Amino acid sequence: MTDVILSTHDVGMSFGKFVALRAVSAEFRRGELAGIIGPNGAGKSTFFNTLSGQFPPTTGRVVFEGRDITGLPQHRYARLGIAKSFQITTVFPGLTTLENVRVALQALTTRYDVWRPRSRLSALVEQAAALLHTVGLHGARNRTAATLAHGEQRALEIAMALASNPRLLLLDEPTAGMSPEETRGMMDLITSLARDRTVILVEHKMKLVMGICDRLLVLHHGELLAQGTPAEVRINAEVKRVYLGQREH
Amino acid sequence: MDAATPATVARRDWLASATRHRVLLAALFLLVFPVFMPFKAIAVNILIYGLFALGFNMLYGYGGLLSFGHSALLGAGAYACGIAMVRYGLPWWAGLAGSMVAGMAMAAAMGALAVRTRGIYFAMVTLALSQCVYYLALQATDWTGGENGLRGIVLKRIGPFDFIDPTTRYYVAAGIVIAALFVLSRILASPFGAVLEAVRENEPRARACGFDVRATRFLAFTLSGAFCGVAGGLQALHLGIVPLETLSYQTSGAAVMMALLGGMGTFFGPFIGAGVFLLLENVVSLYTVHWQIFVGLAYIGCVLFFPQGIWGTVLARLRRA
Repeated sequence: MTDVILSTHDVGMSFGKFVALRAVSAEFRRGELAGIIGPNGAGKSTFFNTLSGQFPPTTGRVVFEGRDITGLPQHRYARLGIAKSFQITTVFPGLTTLENVRVALQALTTRYDVWRPRSRLSALVEQAAALLHTVGLHGARNRTAATLAHGEQRALEIAMALASNPRLLLLDEPTAGMSPEETRGMMDLITSLARDRTVILVEHKMKLVMGICDRLLVLHHGELLAQGTPAEVRINAEVKRVYLGQREH
Repeated sequence: MDAATPATVARRDWLASATRHRVLLAALFLLVFPVFMPFKAIAVNILIYGLFALGFNMLYGYGGLLSFGHSALLGAGAYACGIAMVRYGLPWWAGLAGSMVAGMAMAAAMGALAVRTRGIYFAMVTLALSQCVYYLALQATDWTGGENGLRGIVLKRIGPFDFIDPTTRYYVAAGIVIAALFVLSRILASPFGAVLEAVRENEPRARACGFDVRATRFLAFTLSGAFCGVAGGLQALHLGIVPLETLSYQTSGAAVMMALLGGMGTFFGPFIGAGVFLLLENVVSLYTVHWQIFVGLAYIGCVLFFPQGIWGTVLARLRRA
């Protein structure tokens, strides 16, 4: 058996009578860069949210590194080694860029220390500065996060996700709302991040996922329609039928 | 913002070092402050309510949680100190220590229930719980004296100091408040203080980073209770009585007003707010019984023209200019 980092077993999600996801079983291999795609309303985000612990699935189980993590509180995920970025940009707007990452770094080291001055945590400041360098934000370390451009905020979010040194990084539409240049920069960043860890991303920009992902999972009407390499998915008859008439962006 | 002139840079450096020494500056202010006060008794009241408002602001300004039940924390501290001294004949310092513990215990009990909610629901739950405490105190007359309040707290001397003399009393109380300010400043500047602000700024993100939002809020509420409890204990020593009104919802409302007037989310703002609030009350009530109209007008003026509060506006101007 290959090394599976994350697997879902018959994961289903319903909101009242509406079934958003039905019995999706999938496996993600350690080290791969996997993309979850599908037409609008296919259940991509719902599936992502069950993986990232935003809400527990109505049925089924999610297993991370052999451990059942279904229904664990959200704050435990980062400590297990799973980090995520949100579809809508979420940073700490009133704090500086550096402080955003520095606080994120605190989650693994010191959460309830009420006495030591935080300015003495120089190791965390250095790590935060290094992470800002990774995502190309080292020039903006003292700016308030709210004043950053959209693409910069998304990059900051990734730096914060990296703060927990995750083995699994989950990205929900990382290039949403980005300009073409910003998108290209983000693609390069994701590819370089995927060298050292497993990355799963949800995206509807087909060119992007086809270009950088090792493997694609196609969702349709809440079910897993197909999976395979981008080349395999591209020629899959069912996928073609689902996407027929839908323009690629 | 990024085109900083040398003058603004110098001013920012000056502000940064002022922030580092904020407790020292506050202490100096408190030492000269009573000279300008018409009556020393008001000055002591401002100290006590200032500490109360600072404790409240830790939760509201830094944690983003609007509590309408902080009267219960002040009251717990006041009654604990009074009961320890009157019913058990304990010394003043044991009374004050008791008020800190009681404030924290009350806050922990309320917090355990309230931190599950947020926003307006948090305000409602804390208000409801503090009203429960009010009626409990009203009923438990053997302990609290009920409607008459807890009477007979007598303190003539603290160590070598004469606690009857208003000026000495002020400086003794100021010493305790300055010590509390030092601890509060440490907490706000600590790693935990950073987490608290992060939770205020963005709850889902804080959770995704790996912070237990409820536990963070619970701890903040409990620590807030320590400061409000000590403020209550000081009030009991100062007044010699614990009036039942200490527990009324108006006391909670006063803390909210003081924090907003002075500037929530600033270290010293709530203290300024408490001063303005109590001075208005005391000075205006010499001329008219309708003093609350003037406090209300000042409050409306603040909300309209200085949404960052008095101190918050001063700091913002200094930073920008």
